[in-house]
Amino acid sequence: MSDIDDKLMSPADAVRRFIENGAQVSLGGFTINRNPMAVACEIARQGVRDLHLVCHSHGQALDLLIGAGCVSRLELAYGGNGRYAPTCIRFRDAVENNKILFEDYSNYQMSLRFLAGALGVSYIPSKSGLGSDVIRLEGFPPGIRKERNVASKKVVVAQNPFSNDDDPVVLLPALTPDVALVHAQYVGDDGTVRITGLSFADIEQAKSADVVIVSCEEIVPRSVIRRDPDANSLPPFLVDAIVHAPHGAHPTACYGFYDYDPGHLNLYRVAAGDDENWRAYLEKWIYGVPSHEAYLEKIGDTVLRALRADPERGYAVGLDRK
Amino acid sequence: MTGYTDTEMMALAAGRLIKDGDIVFAGTGVSMLAATTAKRIYAPGAVFFFETGGIDPDLRELPMTVGDPRVMSGTSINTGLIDALSLLGHRKLRTIALLGTAQIDRYGNLNTTSLGDYHRPATRFPGSGGACDAASCASGVISFVKHEKRRFVEKLDYLTSVGWYRGGDSRRRLGLPRGGPIAVVTNLGVMKFDDPTKEMYLACRYPGVPVETILENTGFPVDVSRAVETEPPSAEELKILRDEVDPQRLILQ
Repeated sequence: MSDIDDKLMSPADAVRRFIENGAQVSLGGFTINRNPMAVACEIARQGVRDLHLVCHSHGQALDLLIGAGCVSRLELAYGGNGRYAPTCIRFRDAVENNKILFEDYSNYQMSLRFLAGALGVSYIPSKSGLGSDVIRLEGFPPGIRKERNVASKKVVVAQNPFSNDDDPVVLLPALTPDVALVHAQYVGDDGTVRITGLSFADIEQAKSADVVIVSCEEIVPRSVIRRDPDANSLPPFLVDAIVHAPHGAHPTACYGFYDYDPGHLNLYRVAAGDDENWRAYLEKWIYGVPSHEAYLEKIGDTVLRALRADPERGYAVGLDRK
Repeated sequence: MTGYTDTEMMALAAGRLIKDGDIVFAGTGVSMLAATTAKRIYAPGAVFFFETGGIDPDLRELPMTVGDPRVMSGTSINTGLIDALSLLGHRKLRTIALLGTAQIDRYGNLNTTSLGDYHRPATRFPGSGGACDAASCASGVISFVKHEKRRFVEKLDYLTSVGWYRGGDSRRRLGLPRGGPIAVVTNLGVMKFDDPTKEMYLACRYPGVPVETILENTGFPVDVSRAVETEPPSAEELKILRDEVDPQRLILQ
Protein backbone atom coordinates (compact mmCIF):
# COMPACT_ATOMS: atom_id res chain seq x y z
CA MET A 1 0.00 0.00 0.00
CA SER A 2 1.18 3.49 -0.74
CA ASP A 3 -0.29 7.00 -0.66
CA ILE A 4 -0.87 7.06 -4.40
CA ASP A 5 -2.96 3.95 -4.96
CA ASP A 6 -5.98 6.05 -5.92
CA LYS A 7 -3.93 8.15 -8.38
CA LEU A 8 -1.84 5.46 -9.99
CA MET A 9 -3.37 4.38 -13.30
CA SER A 10 -2.66 3.27 -16.84
CA PRO A 11 -2.41 5.86 -19.65
CA ALA A 12 -5.72 4.49 -20.97
CA ASP A 13 -7.51 5.08 -17.65
CA ALA A 14 -5.97 8.54 -17.22
CA VAL A 15 -7.16 9.63 -20.67
CA ARG A 16 -10.63 8.07 -20.25
CA ARG A 17 -11.11 9.65 -16.86
CA PHE A 18 -9.69 13.13 -17.40
CA ILE A 19 -9.53 14.11 -21.08
CA GLU A 20 -12.83 14.92 -22.73
CA ASN A 21 -13.47 15.98 -26.29
CA GLY A 22 -12.91 19.73 -26.52
CA ALA A 23 -10.65 19.92 -23.46
CA GLN A 24 -7.90 22.52 -23.23
CA VAL A 25 -4.64 20.63 -22.70
CA SER A 26 -1.13 21.95 -22.05
CA LEU A 27 1.83 19.91 -23.28
CA GLY A 28 4.92 19.64 -21.10
CA GLY A 29 8.44 19.22 -22.42
CA PHE A 30 10.05 21.11 -25.29
CA THR A 31 10.54 20.16 -28.99
CA ILE A 32 12.60 16.93 -28.80
CA ASN A 33 12.69 16.66 -25.01
CA ARG A 34 10.47 15.12 -22.33
CA ASN A 35 7.26 15.12 -24.39
CA PRO A 36 4.44 13.25 -22.61
CA MET A 37 4.33 10.69 -25.42
CA ALA A 38 2.82 7.70 -23.61
CA VAL A 39 -0.26 9.75 -22.72
CA ALA A 40 -0.32 11.60 -26.07
CA CYS A 41 -0.29 8.27 -27.96
CA GLU A 42 -3.17 7.08 -25.81
CA ILE A 43 -5.16 10.26 -26.58
CA ALA A 44 -4.69 9.50 -30.28
CA ARG A 45 -5.53 5.81 -29.75
CA GLN A 46 -8.81 6.67 -28.01
CA GLY A 47 -9.69 9.13 -30.76
CA VAL A 48 -10.25 12.16 -28.52
CA ARG A 49 -11.41 15.09 -30.67
CA ASP A 50 -11.39 18.91 -30.76
CA LEU A 51 -8.60 19.42 -28.25
CA HIS A 52 -7.44 22.99 -27.67
CA LEU A 53 -3.67 22.62 -27.21
CA VAL A 54 -1.63 25.28 -25.41
CA CYS A 55 2.18 25.09 -25.41
CA HIS A 56 5.35 27.13 -25.91
CA SER A 57 7.84 25.41 -28.24
CA HIS A 58 6.70 21.94 -28.98
CA GLY A 59 7.52 19.09 -31.30
CA GLN A 60 6.61 15.46 -31.25
CA ALA A 61 3.45 15.25 -29.11
CA LEU A 62 2.08 18.39 -30.78
CA ASP A 63 2.65 17.00 -34.26
CA LEU A 64 1.31 13.54 -33.47
CA LEU A 65 -1.92 14.89 -31.92
CA ILE A 66 -2.52 17.27 -34.83
CA GLY A 67 -1.75 14.55 -37.37
CA ALA A 68 -4.10 12.11 -35.64
CA GLY A 69 -6.95 14.61 -35.97
CA CYS A 70 -7.31 15.22 -32.22
CA VAL A 71 -6.79 19.00 -32.34
CA SER A 72 -9.03 21.81 -33.54
CA ARG A 73 -7.39 24.80 -31.77
CA LEU A 74 -3.80 25.59 -30.97
CA GLU A 75 -1.98 28.37 -29.13
CA LEU A 76 1.78 28.03 -29.46
CA ALA A 77 5.13 29.74 -29.85
CA TYR A 78 6.92 27.22 -32.06
CA GLY A 79 6.43 23.88 -33.77
CA GLY A 80 9.71 22.21 -34.74
CA ASN A 81 11.95 19.22 -34.14
CA GLY A 82 15.44 20.41 -35.13
CA ARG A 83 16.99 18.66 -38.12
CA TYR A 84 14.29 15.98 -38.08
CA ALA A 85 11.56 18.52 -38.82
CA PRO A 86 12.67 22.19 -38.91
CA THR A 87 8.92 22.94 -38.97
CA CYS A 88 6.70 20.19 -37.55
CA ILE A 89 5.23 18.44 -40.56
CA ARG A 90 1.61 17.65 -39.69
CA PHE A 91 1.40 21.01 -37.88
CA ARG A 92 2.54 22.74 -41.05
CA ASP A 93 0.04 20.81 -43.15
CA ALA A 94 -2.79 21.68 -40.77
CA VAL A 95 -1.96 25.41 -40.76
CA GLU A 96 -1.35 25.72 -44.50
CA ASN A 97 -4.54 23.83 -45.33
CA ASN A 98 -6.86 25.50 -42.84
CA LYS A 99 -7.48 22.37 -40.77
CA ILE A 100 -7.06 24.01 -37.35
CA LEU A 101 -7.45 27.43 -35.74
CA PHE A 102 -4.16 28.74 -34.41
CA GLU A 103 -2.75 31.70 -32.55
CA ASP A 104 0.94 32.59 -32.27
CA TYR A 105 2.68 33.86 -29.18
CA SER A 106 6.37 33.78 -28.11
CA ASN A 107 7.98 31.39 -25.62
CA TYR A 108 8.23 34.00 -22.90
CA GLN A 109 4.64 35.11 -23.49
CA MET A 110 3.26 31.56 -23.31
CA SER A 111 5.31 30.74 -20.20
CA LEU A 112 4.17 33.94 -18.49
CA ARG A 113 0.55 33.13 -19.39
CA PHE A 114 0.88 29.80 -17.56
CA LEU A 115 2.52 31.59 -14.64
CA ALA A 116 -0.41 34.05 -14.50
CA GLY A 117 -2.80 31.10 -14.39
CA ALA A 118 -0.75 29.55 -11.60
CA LEU A 119 -0.70 32.84 -9.68
CA GLY A 120 -4.46 33.26 -10.00
CA VAL A 121 -4.25 36.63 -11.76
CA SER A 122 -6.15 37.25 -14.98
CA TYR A 123 -3.25 38.78 -16.94
CA ILE A 124 0.45 39.50 -16.70
CA PRO A 125 2.59 42.30 -18.21
CA SER A 126 5.73 41.93 -20.30
CA LYS A 127 7.85 44.07 -22.60
CA SER A 128 8.25 41.25 -25.08
CA GLY A 129 6.70 41.62 -28.52
CA LEU A 130 6.14 45.39 -28.72
CA GLY A 131 5.99 46.40 -32.39
CA SER A 132 5.74 42.82 -33.68
CA ASP A 133 3.00 41.07 -35.62
CA VAL A 134 2.88 38.58 -32.74
CA ILE A 135 0.91 41.20 -30.83
CA ARG A 136 -0.65 42.98 -33.83
CA LEU A 137 -2.34 40.01 -35.53
CA GLU A 138 -4.98 37.86 -33.88
CA GLY A 139 -5.04 34.24 -34.98
CA PHE A 140 -8.41 33.11 -33.62
CA PRO A 141 -11.57 34.45 -35.29
CA PRO A 142 -13.74 36.90 -33.25
CA GLY A 143 -16.57 34.32 -33.15
CA ILE A 144 -14.85 32.09 -30.59
CA ARG A 145 -13.60 34.89 -28.33
CA LYS A 146 -16.53 34.56 -25.95
CA GLU A 147 -16.07 30.85 -25.35
CA ARG A 148 -14.74 29.39 -22.13
CA ASN A 149 -10.95 29.16 -22.05
CA VAL A 150 -10.50 31.51 -25.02
CA ALA A 151 -9.15 34.97 -24.18
CA SER A 152 -11.46 37.85 -25.14
CA LYS A 153 -8.47 39.47 -26.86
CA LYS A 154 -5.08 38.03 -27.81
CA VAL A 155 -3.15 40.77 -25.99
CA VAL A 156 -3.63 44.37 -24.86
CA VAL A 157 -0.92 47.02 -25.13
CA ALA A 158 -1.29 49.44 -22.21
CA GLN A 159 0.64 52.18 -20.47
CA ASN A 160 2.46 51.42 -17.23
CA PRO A 161 -0.07 52.77 -14.70
CA PHE A 162 2.72 53.57 -12.19
CA SER A 163 4.49 56.02 -14.45
CA ASN A 164 3.70 59.33 -16.12
CA ASP A 165 6.34 58.64 -18.75
CA ASP A 166 5.57 56.81 -21.97
CA ASP A 167 6.12 53.18 -20.99
CA PRO A 168 4.00 50.71 -22.99
CA VAL A 169 3.64 47.11 -21.79
CA VAL A 170 2.05 44.03 -23.34
CA LEU A 171 -0.72 42.53 -21.17
CA LEU A 172 -1.02 38.78 -21.70
CA PRO A 173 -4.17 36.82 -20.76
CA ALA A 174 -3.71 34.02 -18.20
CA LEU A 175 -4.03 30.38 -19.21
CA THR A 176 -5.93 27.92 -17.03
CA PRO A 177 -5.96 24.66 -19.00
CA ASP A 178 -8.35 21.84 -18.14
CA VAL A 179 -5.50 19.36 -18.11
CA ALA A 180 -1.69 19.61 -17.94
CA LEU A 181 0.39 16.69 -19.24
CA VAL A 182 3.84 16.35 -17.68
CA HIS A 183 6.43 13.62 -18.13
CA ALA A 184 8.86 13.53 -15.20
CA GLN A 185 11.83 11.38 -14.29
CA TYR A 186 10.60 10.44 -10.81
CA VAL A 187 7.46 10.32 -8.72
CA GLY A 188 7.64 9.26 -5.09
CA ASP A 189 5.14 6.75 -3.75
CA ASP A 190 3.88 9.70 -1.72
CA GLY A 191 3.07 11.54 -5.01
CA THR A 192 5.95 14.03 -4.97
CA VAL A 193 7.20 14.84 -8.49
CA ARG A 194 10.82 15.38 -9.49
CA ILE A 195 11.89 16.70 -12.89
CA THR A 196 15.65 16.61 -13.49
CA GLY A 197 17.58 18.58 -16.11
CA LEU A 198 15.52 21.52 -17.34
CA SER A 199 11.93 21.98 -16.17
CA PHE A 200 11.01 24.20 -19.19
CA ALA A 201 7.59 25.61 -18.14
CA ASP A 202 6.23 22.31 -16.85
CA ILE A 203 5.87 23.48 -13.25
CA GLU A 204 3.95 26.63 -14.25
CA GLN A 205 1.79 24.57 -16.60
CA ALA A 206 0.95 22.05 -13.86
CA LYS A 207 0.13 24.81 -11.36
CA SER A 208 -2.14 26.58 -13.87
CA ALA A 209 -4.25 23.53 -14.75
CA ASP A 210 -7.41 22.03 -13.22
CA VAL A 211 -6.13 18.47 -13.62
CA VAL A 212 -2.50 17.34 -13.69
CA ILE A 213 -1.48 14.02 -15.25
CA VAL A 214 2.13 13.08 -14.54
CA SER A 215 3.75 10.15 -16.31
CA CYS A 216 7.16 9.10 -15.06
CA GLU A 217 10.17 6.90 -15.64
CA GLU A 218 10.39 5.59 -12.08
CA ILE A 219 8.27 5.42 -8.97
CA VAL A 220 10.55 5.59 -5.96
CA PRO A 221 9.94 5.20 -2.21
CA ARG A 222 8.92 8.24 -0.19
CA SER A 223 12.12 7.94 1.81
CA VAL A 224 14.16 8.34 -1.38
CA ILE A 225 12.32 11.31 -2.90
CA ARG A 226 12.25 13.14 0.46
CA ARG A 227 15.96 12.70 1.05
CA ASP A 228 16.67 15.64 -1.27
CA PRO A 229 13.51 17.78 -1.28
CA ASP A 230 15.41 20.78 -2.75
CA ALA A 231 15.41 18.88 -6.04
CA ASN A 232 11.65 18.26 -6.16
CA SER A 233 9.25 19.98 -8.54
CA LEU A 234 5.63 19.49 -7.42
CA PRO A 235 3.97 18.44 -4.14
CA PRO A 236 1.60 15.44 -4.17
CA PHE A 237 -1.63 17.41 -3.69
CA LEU A 238 -1.29 19.15 -7.08
CA VAL A 239 -1.20 15.85 -8.96
CA ASP A 240 -4.38 14.03 -9.98
CA ALA A 241 -3.11 11.06 -11.97
CA ILE A 242 0.22 9.24 -11.94
CA VAL A 243 1.17 7.01 -14.84
CA HIS A 244 4.21 4.76 -14.56
CA ALA A 245 5.57 4.82 -18.13
CA PRO A 246 9.26 3.95 -18.55
CA HIS A 247 10.52 5.42 -21.86
CA GLY A 248 7.31 7.43 -21.75
CA ALA A 249 8.89 10.34 -23.66
CA HIS A 250 10.19 8.23 -26.56
CA PRO A 251 11.11 9.23 -29.31
CA THR A 252 12.00 12.47 -27.47
CA ALA A 253 14.74 12.62 -24.83
CA CYS A 254 14.50 12.30 -21.07
CA TYR A 255 17.56 13.79 -19.37
CA GLY A 256 19.48 11.26 -17.30
CA PHE A 257 17.51 8.33 -18.76
CA TYR A 258 17.74 8.36 -22.56
CA ASP A 259 18.44 10.48 -25.61
CA TYR A 260 16.09 11.35 -28.45
CA ASP A 261 15.77 8.58 -31.03
CA PRO A 262 17.20 9.78 -34.38
CA GLY A 263 16.14 6.55 -36.12
CA HIS A 264 12.51 6.93 -35.15
CA LEU A 265 12.42 10.70 -35.71
CA ASN A 266 13.79 10.17 -39.24
CA LEU A 267 11.22 7.45 -39.85
CA TYR A 268 8.54 9.81 -38.55
CA ARG A 269 9.72 12.61 -40.85
CA VAL A 270 9.38 10.42 -43.93
CA ALA A 271 5.98 9.10 -42.82
CA ALA A 272 4.55 12.51 -41.90
CA GLY A 273 5.47 14.01 -45.26
CA ASP A 274 2.87 12.02 -47.17
CA ASP A 275 -0.80 11.39 -46.33
CA GLU A 276 -0.76 7.72 -47.19
CA ASN A 277 2.48 6.99 -45.34
CA TRP A 278 1.14 8.98 -42.43
CA ARG A 279 -1.97 6.79 -42.14
CA ALA A 280 0.29 3.75 -42.23
CA TYR A 281 2.45 5.21 -39.45
CA LEU A 282 -0.58 5.81 -37.22
CA GLU A 283 -1.82 2.30 -37.91
CA LYS A 284 1.54 0.71 -37.17
CA TRP A 285 2.70 2.72 -34.16
CA ILE A 286 -0.51 3.98 -32.51
CA TYR A 287 -3.75 2.21 -33.43
CA GLY A 288 -2.11 -1.15 -34.05
CA VAL A 289 -0.49 -1.34 -30.60
CA PRO A 290 -2.78 -1.76 -27.60
CA SER A 291 -0.57 -0.14 -24.96
CA HIS A 292 2.63 1.71 -24.13
CA GLU A 293 4.29 -1.61 -23.23
CA ALA A 294 3.40 -3.04 -26.63
CA TYR A 295 4.77 0.12 -28.28
CA LEU A 296 8.09 -0.30 -26.47
CA GLU A 297 8.26 -3.94 -27.46
CA LYS A 298 7.85 -2.87 -31.07
CA ILE A 299 10.63 -0.26 -30.75
CA GLY A 300 12.83 -3.02 -29.37
CA ASP A 301 15.49 -3.39 -26.70
CA THR A 302 18.40 -2.87 -29.08
CA VAL A 303 17.20 0.62 -29.98
CA LEU A 304 16.34 1.55 -26.40
CA ARG A 305 19.73 0.36 -25.16
CA ALA A 306 21.58 2.52 -27.70
CA LEU A 307 19.70 5.59 -26.46
CA ARG A 308 20.54 5.04 -22.79
CA ALA A 309 21.99 8.18 -21.18
CA ASP A 310 25.43 8.36 -19.67
CA PRO A 311 24.75 8.87 -15.93
CA GLU A 312 27.19 11.76 -15.64
CA ARG A 313 26.41 13.58 -18.89
CA GLY A 314 22.65 12.93 -19.02
CA TYR A 315 22.60 12.00 -22.73
CA ALA A 316 23.89 9.14 -24.91
CA VAL A 317 27.52 10.08 -25.52
CA GLY A 318 28.57 9.69 -29.15
CA LEU A 319 25.08 8.65 -30.32
CA ASP A 320 24.76 8.76 -34.11
CA ARG A 321 22.31 11.63 -34.42
CA LYS A 322 22.22 12.00 -38.22
CA MET B 1 35.70 30.20 -52.96
CA THR B 2 37.12 26.76 -52.43
CA GLY B 3 38.05 24.67 -49.45
CA TYR B 4 35.10 25.55 -47.19
CA THR B 5 31.33 25.74 -47.33
CA ASP B 6 28.87 28.60 -46.82
CA THR B 7 27.73 27.21 -43.48
CA GLU B 8 31.31 26.88 -42.26
CA MET B 9 32.09 30.48 -43.17
CA MET B 10 28.88 31.70 -41.50
CA ALA B 11 29.63 29.84 -38.26
CA LEU B 12 33.18 31.21 -38.17
CA ALA B 13 32.19 34.77 -39.16
CA ALA B 14 29.63 34.85 -36.33
CA GLY B 15 31.95 33.13 -33.89
CA ARG B 16 34.57 35.84 -34.52
CA LEU B 17 32.06 38.49 -33.36
CA ILE B 18 31.82 36.92 -29.88
CA LYS B 19 34.26 38.00 -27.18
CA ASP B 20 35.28 36.68 -23.78
CA GLY B 21 32.91 38.05 -21.18
CA ASP B 22 29.91 38.16 -23.52
CA ILE B 23 26.69 36.55 -22.29
CA VAL B 24 25.29 34.85 -25.35
CA PHE B 25 21.80 33.48 -25.98
CA ALA B 26 21.78 30.95 -28.83
CA GLY B 27 18.87 29.66 -30.87
CA THR B 28 18.55 26.50 -32.98
CA GLY B 29 20.51 25.77 -36.19
CA VAL B 30 23.53 27.82 -37.35
CA SER B 31 23.23 29.85 -34.12
CA MET B 32 24.07 26.70 -32.19
CA LEU B 33 27.04 26.01 -34.42
CA ALA B 34 28.34 29.57 -34.00
CA ALA B 35 27.95 29.38 -30.22
CA THR B 36 29.76 26.06 -29.90
CA THR B 37 32.49 27.26 -32.27
CA ALA B 38 32.98 30.51 -30.36
CA LYS B 39 33.29 28.57 -27.09
CA ARG B 40 36.04 26.36 -28.60
CA ILE B 41 38.00 28.95 -30.57
CA TYR B 42 37.35 32.62 -29.94
CA ALA B 43 35.74 33.14 -26.58
CA PRO B 44 36.20 30.32 -24.07
CA GLY B 45 35.39 32.92 -21.41
CA ALA B 46 31.99 33.76 -22.89
CA VAL B 47 28.88 32.37 -21.20
CA PHE B 48 26.29 30.68 -23.40
CA PHE B 49 22.73 30.10 -22.37
CA PHE B 50 19.53 28.79 -23.90
CA GLU B 51 15.88 29.80 -23.66
CA THR B 52 15.01 26.37 -22.32
CA GLY B 53 16.90 27.20 -19.11
CA GLY B 54 20.41 25.72 -19.49
CA ILE B 55 22.98 28.24 -18.27
CA ASP B 56 26.63 27.81 -19.32
CA PRO B 57 26.67 24.12 -20.41
CA ASP B 58 30.04 22.56 -21.21
CA LEU B 59 29.01 22.00 -24.87
CA ARG B 60 31.20 18.90 -25.14
CA GLU B 61 28.81 17.67 -27.84
CA LEU B 62 26.98 19.99 -30.22
CA PRO B 63 23.34 20.47 -29.17
CA MET B 64 21.08 20.04 -32.19
CA THR B 65 18.39 22.35 -30.82
CA VAL B 66 17.78 24.38 -27.67
CA GLY B 67 15.71 21.43 -26.38
CA ASP B 68 18.63 19.00 -26.67
CA PRO B 69 19.71 17.31 -23.39
CA ARG B 70 23.22 18.57 -24.27
CA VAL B 71 22.20 22.11 -23.20
CA MET B 72 21.52 20.72 -19.68
CA SER B 73 24.85 18.99 -19.25
CA GLY B 74 27.76 20.46 -17.32
CA THR B 75 25.83 23.68 -16.67
CA SER B 76 26.19 26.08 -13.76
CA ILE B 77 22.44 25.90 -13.21
CA ASN B 78 19.48 24.24 -14.88
CA THR B 79 16.34 26.36 -14.75
CA GLY B 80 13.34 26.85 -17.05
CA LEU B 81 11.96 29.21 -19.66
CA ILE B 82 10.91 32.07 -17.41
CA ASP B 83 14.28 32.19 -15.64
CA ALA B 84 16.26 32.00 -18.86
CA LEU B 85 14.15 34.47 -20.83
CA SER B 86 14.13 36.97 -17.97
CA LEU B 87 17.95 36.96 -18.02
CA LEU B 88 17.87 38.23 -21.61
CA GLY B 89 16.62 41.64 -20.55
CA HIS B 90 18.19 41.77 -17.11
CA ARG B 91 19.33 45.31 -16.41
CA LYS B 92 22.72 44.19 -15.02
CA LEU B 93 23.63 42.10 -18.05
CA ARG B 94 24.83 42.80 -21.56
CA THR B 95 23.35 39.94 -23.55
CA ILE B 96 23.80 39.02 -27.21
CA ALA B 97 21.27 36.80 -28.99
CA LEU B 98 22.08 34.61 -32.00
CA LEU B 99 18.97 34.05 -34.13
CA GLY B 100 18.28 32.38 -37.46
CA THR B 101 15.61 33.80 -39.75
CA ALA B 102 13.73 33.09 -42.98
CA GLN B 103 13.25 36.76 -43.99
CA ILE B 104 14.88 40.05 -42.99
CA ASP B 105 14.31 43.69 -43.94
CA ARG B 106 16.72 46.63 -44.10
CA TYR B 107 16.20 47.45 -40.41
CA GLY B 108 16.95 43.92 -39.26
CA ASN B 109 13.36 42.96 -38.43
CA LEU B 110 12.91 39.17 -38.73
CA ASN B 111 10.24 36.77 -39.94
CA THR B 112 10.27 33.14 -38.74
CA THR B 113 6.48 32.67 -38.82
CA SER B 114 5.07 32.41 -42.34
CA LEU B 115 4.99 33.50 -45.98
CA GLY B 116 1.81 34.84 -47.54
CA ASP B 117 -1.36 35.51 -45.57
CA TYR B 118 -0.85 34.80 -41.87
CA HIS B 119 -4.15 32.94 -41.48
CA ARG B 120 -3.74 30.76 -44.57
CA PRO B 121 0.00 30.88 -45.31
CA ALA B 122 1.69 29.65 -48.48
CA THR B 123 4.52 28.43 -46.23
CA ARG B 124 4.39 28.01 -42.49
CA PHE B 125 7.65 28.17 -40.49
CA PRO B 126 8.00 27.07 -36.85
CA GLY B 127 7.13 30.46 -35.34
CA SER B 128 8.75 32.78 -32.82
CA GLY B 129 9.95 30.37 -30.17
CA GLY B 130 12.11 32.66 -28.06
CA ALA B 131 13.18 34.85 -31.01
CA CYS B 132 10.57 37.59 -30.48
CA ASP B 133 11.59 37.69 -26.80
CA ALA B 134 15.32 37.85 -27.57
CA ALA B 135 14.78 40.57 -30.18
CA SER B 136 12.70 42.59 -27.68
CA CYS B 137 14.89 42.21 -24.61
CA ALA B 138 18.55 41.34 -25.42
CA SER B 139 21.22 44.04 -25.61
CA GLY B 140 22.02 43.04 -29.18
CA VAL B 141 21.08 40.53 -31.89
CA ILE B 142 23.24 38.74 -34.45
CA SER B 143 21.08 37.03 -37.07
CA PHE B 144 21.77 34.39 -39.71
CA VAL B 145 20.18 34.20 -43.12
CA LYS B 146 21.02 32.91 -46.56
CA HIS B 147 21.71 35.83 -48.87
CA GLU B 148 18.86 35.68 -51.39
CA LYS B 149 16.53 38.34 -52.78
CA ARG B 150 13.45 36.48 -51.53
CA ARG B 151 14.88 36.61 -47.99
CA PHE B 152 16.29 40.18 -48.00
CA VAL B 153 12.97 41.89 -48.66
CA GLU B 154 11.50 45.41 -48.66
CA LYS B 155 8.59 44.23 -46.53
CA LEU B 156 8.35 41.15 -44.34
CA ASP B 157 5.34 38.86 -44.77
CA TYR B 158 5.12 38.73 -40.95
CA LEU B 159 7.18 40.66 -38.40
CA THR B 160 8.04 38.05 -35.74
CA SER B 161 11.02 39.75 -34.10
CA VAL B 162 11.59 43.48 -33.92
CA GLY B 163 14.95 44.86 -35.01
CA TRP B 164 15.45 48.58 -35.56
CA TYR B 165 11.72 48.60 -36.52
CA ARG B 166 11.35 51.51 -38.98
CA GLY B 167 14.83 52.93 -38.42
CA GLY B 168 16.06 55.98 -36.51
CA ASP B 169 14.78 55.99 -32.93
CA SER B 170 11.54 54.12 -33.79
CA ARG B 171 12.59 51.08 -31.76
CA ARG B 172 13.03 53.15 -28.61
CA ARG B 173 9.69 54.87 -29.25
CA LEU B 174 7.97 51.46 -29.33
CA GLY B 175 8.91 51.13 -25.67
CA LEU B 176 12.05 49.04 -26.17
CA PRO B 177 14.77 51.17 -24.59
CA ARG B 178 17.67 48.83 -25.28
CA GLY B 179 18.86 46.29 -27.80
CA GLY B 180 18.57 46.10 -31.57
CA PRO B 181 20.44 44.25 -34.30
CA ILE B 182 24.25 44.33 -34.29
CA ALA B 183 25.07 42.23 -37.35
CA VAL B 184 23.57 39.94 -39.99
CA VAL B 185 25.77 37.03 -40.98
CA THR B 186 25.01 35.62 -44.44
CA ASN B 187 26.69 33.17 -46.79
CA LEU B 188 28.20 36.12 -48.71
CA GLY B 189 29.27 38.57 -46.00
CA VAL B 190 28.40 40.41 -42.82
CA MET B 191 25.97 43.34 -42.73
CA LYS B 192 25.87 45.96 -39.98
CA PHE B 193 23.64 48.95 -39.23
CA ASP B 194 24.31 52.68 -39.69
CA ASP B 195 23.78 55.41 -37.13
CA PRO B 196 21.45 57.22 -36.86
CA THR B 197 19.35 55.78 -39.73
CA LYS B 198 19.74 52.14 -38.53
CA GLU B 199 19.76 50.99 -42.15
CA MET B 200 21.70 47.89 -43.10
CA TYR B 201 25.06 48.28 -44.88
CA LEU B 202 27.67 45.81 -46.05
CA ALA B 203 30.50 45.71 -43.49
CA CYS B 204 32.47 42.86 -44.98
CA ARG B 205 32.33 40.36 -47.81
CA TYR B 206 33.83 36.92 -47.75
CA PRO B 207 36.99 36.19 -49.76
CA GLY B 208 36.31 36.19 -53.49
CA VAL B 209 32.70 37.44 -53.23
CA PRO B 210 32.20 40.50 -55.48
CA VAL B 211 29.97 43.29 -54.12
CA GLU B 212 27.83 42.88 -57.26
CA THR B 213 26.81 39.41 -56.11
CA ILE B 214 25.69 40.85 -52.78
CA LEU B 215 23.74 43.67 -54.47
CA GLU B 216 22.07 41.19 -56.83
CA ASN B 217 20.95 39.06 -53.91
CA THR B 218 19.61 41.86 -51.69
CA GLY B 219 16.01 42.94 -52.29
CA PHE B 220 16.61 46.56 -51.23
CA PRO B 221 19.34 49.15 -51.86
CA VAL B 222 22.34 48.67 -49.62
CA ASP B 223 25.54 50.71 -49.15
CA VAL B 224 28.56 48.59 -50.08
CA SER B 225 31.13 51.40 -50.16
CA ARG B 226 32.73 50.53 -46.83
CA ALA B 227 32.97 46.77 -47.29
CA VAL B 228 36.26 45.12 -46.48
CA GLU B 229 37.23 41.56 -47.39
CA THR B 230 37.10 39.08 -44.47
CA GLU B 231 39.97 36.81 -43.59
CA PRO B 232 39.37 33.34 -45.01
CA PRO B 233 38.99 30.52 -42.49
CA SER B 234 42.33 29.18 -41.29
CA ALA B 235 43.13 25.48 -41.47
CA GLU B 236 43.00 25.41 -37.67
CA GLU B 237 39.54 27.00 -37.52
CA LEU B 238 38.17 24.54 -40.07
CA LYS B 239 39.75 21.58 -38.29
CA ILE B 240 38.13 22.50 -34.95
CA LEU B 241 34.78 23.20 -36.60
CA ARG B 242 34.73 19.91 -38.56
CA ASP B 243 36.48 17.52 -36.18
CA GLU B 244 35.46 18.82 -32.76
CA VAL B 245 32.32 20.97 -33.04
CA ASP B 246 30.24 19.07 -35.59
CA PRO B 247 31.95 15.79 -36.52
CA GLN B 248 28.57 14.20 -37.40
CA ARG B 249 27.61 17.10 -39.74
CA LEU B 250 24.37 17.65 -37.86
CA ILE B 251 24.23 21.32 -38.84
CA LEU B 252 27.34 21.81 -41.00
CA GLN B 253 26.83 21.46 -44.71
